[in-house]
Amino acid sequence: MEILMSIVIGILFSSAMYLILSKSLLRIIIGTALLSHGAHLLLLTMSGLKTGEAAVLREGVHSYTDPLPQALVLTAIVISFGVTAFFLVLAYRAYQELGTDNMEQMRGTETND
Amino acid sequence: MINLPLLPILIPLLTAVILMFFPKRIKAQRVISIIASIGAVVASIILVATVKQDGIQTLNLGDWPAPYGIPLVSDMLSALLVLTTSIITLFVIWYSIYYMDEEHERFFYYIGIQFLLVGINGAFTTGDIFNLFVFFEVFLIASYLLIVLGGRKAQLRESIKYVLINVISSALFVTAIAYLYSVVGTLNMAHVSQRIAEIDQPGIVTVIAILFLLVFGLKGAIFPLYFWLPSSYHAPPIPVLALFGALLTKVGIYSIMRTYTLFFYHDVGYTHTVLGVLSLLTIVVGIIGAVAYRDVKMIIIYNIIIAVGVILYGVSVMTPDALEGAVFYLLHDMVIKAALFLLVGIMIAIVGSSHLKDMGGLIQKYPWLGWTYFIAALSLAGIPPLSGFVGKLLIVRGGFVAEDYIGPGLVLLSSLLVLYSAMRIFTNGFWGTPKEYHGAKAHLAYRLLIPAAALIMIAIAYGVGAEAVRPFITQAVEPLVNPAIYIDAVLKE
Repeated sequence: MEILMSIVIGILFSSAMYLILSKSLLRIIIGTALLSHGAHLLLLTMSGLKTGEAAVLREGVHSYTDPLPQALVLTAIVISFGVTAFFLVLAYRAYQELGTDNMEQMRGTETND
Repeated sequence: MINLPLLPILIPLLTAVILMFFPKRIKAQRVISIIASIGAVVASIILVATVKQDGIQTLNLGDWPAPYGIPLVSDMLSALLVLTTSIITLFVIWYSIYYMDEEHERFFYYIGIQFLLVGINGAFTTGDIFNLFVFFEVFLIASYLLIVLGGRKAQLRESIKYVLINVISSALFVTAIAYLYSVVGTLNMAHVSQRIAEIDQPGIVTVIAILFLLVFGLKGAIFPLYFWLPSSYHAPPIPVLALFGALLTKVGIYSIMRTYTLFFYHDVGYTHTVLGVLSLLTIVVGIIGAVAYRDVKMIIIYNIIIAVGVILYGVSVMTPDALEGAVFYLLHDMVIKAALFLLVGIMIAIVGSSHLKDMGGLIQKYPWLGWTYFIAALSLAGIPPLSGFVGKLLIVRGGFVAEDYIGPGLVLLSSLLVLYSAMRIFTNGFWGTPKEYHGAKAHLAYRLLIPAAALIMIAIAYGVGAEAVRPFITQAVEPLVNPAIYIDAVLKE
């Protein structure tokens, strides 16, 4: 299971990098979303995947799933959701104002301000 | 266990929530922001005094015992950083009242600053590595608001890059935490340190150390990860720039300082050499930028990068002297950078442009501004007895003690070039023939000067009173040199 997840995470990371390196702003944003998905899956996988056990710890219970990574990944998902939403709004506003979504044309130089 | 470490986080948080109920009433926003910032400063002063008297203060949130819950840990280093942050924010808010347009103030400007303060103070105080990530996000999201507020074309263009670089570094931060958790199985920073000591830092921990360096280096702008900083910081208005330049990169530096002295101190040969080389290269690129540009904002922005290099060089050497110098210089740099940006902001307000070719002869009409800037520039370069001197002296001495001669030499050389770059603003901007100026805010120059001059006064007092400040710095360095102090205070064994 862990190996399968690692391959999935690898695919997510590499496609995220491919998208982030492209010129279109929307592709870049989708890339960042994929990147954070990859990071979250990694966080979940690294703590060991177990099936069939509950995430509780009581006296006398010896087999349980570690609840901490689930709490962490939940926090991280909420944060990246908020940031992605903000990023999309920012991109839309920038597109309205600058008239382009091509990163090549968004280079700042001293003359072009 | 007392609630005191929580106060510098809680006061701005509550203020921000209260301010959200009436964003359009500017007067109330201003008054409440100022009062709350004074409150945060008072709380941090009490915190510093308590830490000085009783040692490291910890607070286990929700009363969960130490390795399980999230602790807030105020050792002297974080208490001093929280105090400096609160003071700078207070003066920047004061400055913004005159400087910012109503359009900014009506659209959540003060609320953004308060949230920024929540995140930064939280990041300095927390004792949990994942909680550090959360506080990073808090101040990053506040900074996204502040950098784009105003919506000029350049701002929108640059904030896209700023947001992108920070989203990527946040994803890497989560990745680094995932690796760390899989190796040590805990998130409490003191506990992590203990576990890493038990397994004696095998190769995988070194990989994690480099990954953390990458994450914090992106925030703290070390070579080669500094590339986003100059143009992004050039876009927002001056008070926002002052906050960013003085505080945001310093959170990255603090995090490197904390992780590299608390977690990754076993295999110093690899990690700290990498850190040292990168910090020296940071100084070099910073100098090239500071000397090359003729835009006053850009010159000071590249000086941020130089300071990052100098401080991290002190951290990489890891001798008590060098660490003490790094802490001393870190606090100095926060105050002086904020002050310099505020002063340069006044020049831009008078002239209406940030380029040196449009300036000249300002000293005839604004002598006070000129001489205040002069003192600030000397202090930046580290001319004794001003505040930059002691920090650099200790860093250089620490470097020599560690038998490194290239590093201290470069730090000393950088001081000269820093002085040259800062003096160029003085000679080109204040001397020479006066020109006709049409700056829209020129009539406000003297009101704007008061908060900036007050910050310079603090910097002078910090430098001249170095003897009185020294015990605080020494106490701040103790847990960095000997992590057992920090671990014992948090885990209370």
